[in-house]
Amino acid sequence: MIEINLNKKMQTSKGILDLSLDFTIEKGDFITIFGKSGSGKTTLLKMLSGLTKPDEGKIIVNGITLYDSQKKINIKTQNRKIGYVFQDFALFPNMTVKENLLYAKNDKILINQLLEIMELNLLKDCFPNNLSGGQKQRVALARTLALKPDILLLDEPFSSLDIEMRHKLQDEILRVHKLFNVTILLVSHDISEVYRLSKRVIVIENGSIIKDGKPSDIFSNQYTSHKFSAVGELIELKKIDIIFIGIINLGNTICEIMLTEDDVKEIKIGDKVLVASKSFNPIVKKIPII
Amino acid sequence: MSIDFVPFFVSLKLSLFTTIILLLICFPLALLFAFRKFRFKSIIESLISLPLILPPTIIGFYLLLFLSPRGFIGSFLENIFNIRLVFSFAGIVIASCIYSFPFMLQPLKNGLEGVDKNIIEASYTLGKGRITTFFKAILPNMIKDIYSGIVMTFAHTMGEFGVILMIGGNIPGQTRVASIAIYDKVEQLDYKFANIYSLILIFMSIFILISLNILKSKKFGGKSSDRN
Repeated sequence: MIEINLNKKMQTSKGILDLSLDFTIEKGDFITIFGKSGSGKTTLLKMLSGLTKPDEGKIIVNGITLYDSQKKINIKTQNRKIGYVFQDFALFPNMTVKENLLYAKNDKILINQLLEIMELNLLKDCFPNNLSGGQKQRVALARTLALKPDILLLDEPFSSLDIEMRHKLQDEILRVHKLFNVTILLVSHDISEVYRLSKRVIVIENGSIIKDGKPSDIFSNQYTSHKFSAVGELIELKKIDIIFIGIINLGNTICEIMLTEDDVKEIKIGDKVLVASKSFNPIVKKIPII
Repeated sequence: MSIDFVPFFVSLKLSLFTTIILLLICFPLALLFAFRKFRFKSIIESLISLPLILPPTIIGFYLLLFLSPRGFIGSFLENIFNIRLVFSFAGIVIASCIYSFPFMLQPLKNGLEGVDKNIIEASYTLGKGRITTFFKAILPNMIKDIYSGIVMTFAHTMGEFGVILMIGGNIPGQTRVASIAIYDKVEQLDYKFANIYSLILIFMSIFILISLNILKSKKFGGKSSDRN
């Protein structure tokens, strides 16, 4: 079990933010930390790994105290056995893929196994600069796993990848989670990612936990009990005879939706809007991958 | 009269000494400036960059005052260790080090600052201490900056004149470097030798720069875009 109770004053662009987090994680769980940027997600990971010192609190991992401000315990990052996959992957540009892994653990047998498991054998002599984002991520993951960490911290590992690659690597991470039975803490601000990956999500806002539970409980029914609903932005409004056509951006998909005069009174261009349908079932079809 | 090559050797020796000494001194300082925050940091940084804008004669003049047997440091060294720095090779090495200081410090500092902080933190999370991180993860990723510090310092020292003239004078085999030998010939209205010396110095400089550049492109050619 992992017990986390941390307080830290953070300097942000909006002034000082009091980060105050208190939660426990079962061993082997896959948890996502969800929140807007600047809410303190990355700081949480940095405090867990020992890269940032909290102001006060406790971190206890499987009975071992890593940090305790009262007892003045602060185990060095190097001795924490906490794997950290950085947002930009932080691979050493001067080392090949294999050397990156060997740097973490100088054990050729283990590294060869990892290269095999992570399907990196063909790339083992490449330098990181010649790899794609997805490949870099697999290397970063393999390098961290070489340490056999108690906890794996993933800081928005998919943010720089396209959707197809995202899905592939999300599967990869699920596979790693099962295979190595490692506790994973993933930082994300992508709802679909949270849904796909974890059974528990902790929502952080302004430095505090505001929700904690199953993704389905937290994200669905957020507004009303619509059968279909999505949040978008009104980007254009056209008047045609007596009706209006609203051009709405739904996560990079542009939709044209008919609006009445009453609807238009309440919303203006640039507003966040809820697009929902209650009585008609939307069509859902698989799109062939081109 | 035959060509005297000694001034060129003195110049090369001076450049080599200055480069090595500055490399050793500037690395710890660059680490300090790149990674630590402390009081008066920007003021100290500006003071260190002073040789970039001051005329070499000013630096030479004050060094002469301080290091001369009547000066504060000079008298101390002479009385305790029986060392006289003015008008000696050791003296011009010290003067060159001060004069070329920013040419070594700045590239090293920029190099250290340019290394992705996440790489350093990643190394820590992988269980590596500061020393291993420095030698394996930081140093190899700033080779180009170390190289440019070396080239700039070496080249800058090769062309030095004012500081050396002030503190070293014109002692053959000791402080008469190539640039002073040329000045000396011009003073004697011996334009023929001044010309020969100048051309030799020009070709030497071109040769050194080209060979260093070849070395650079061979060694680090493939990694020019290491940093994103």
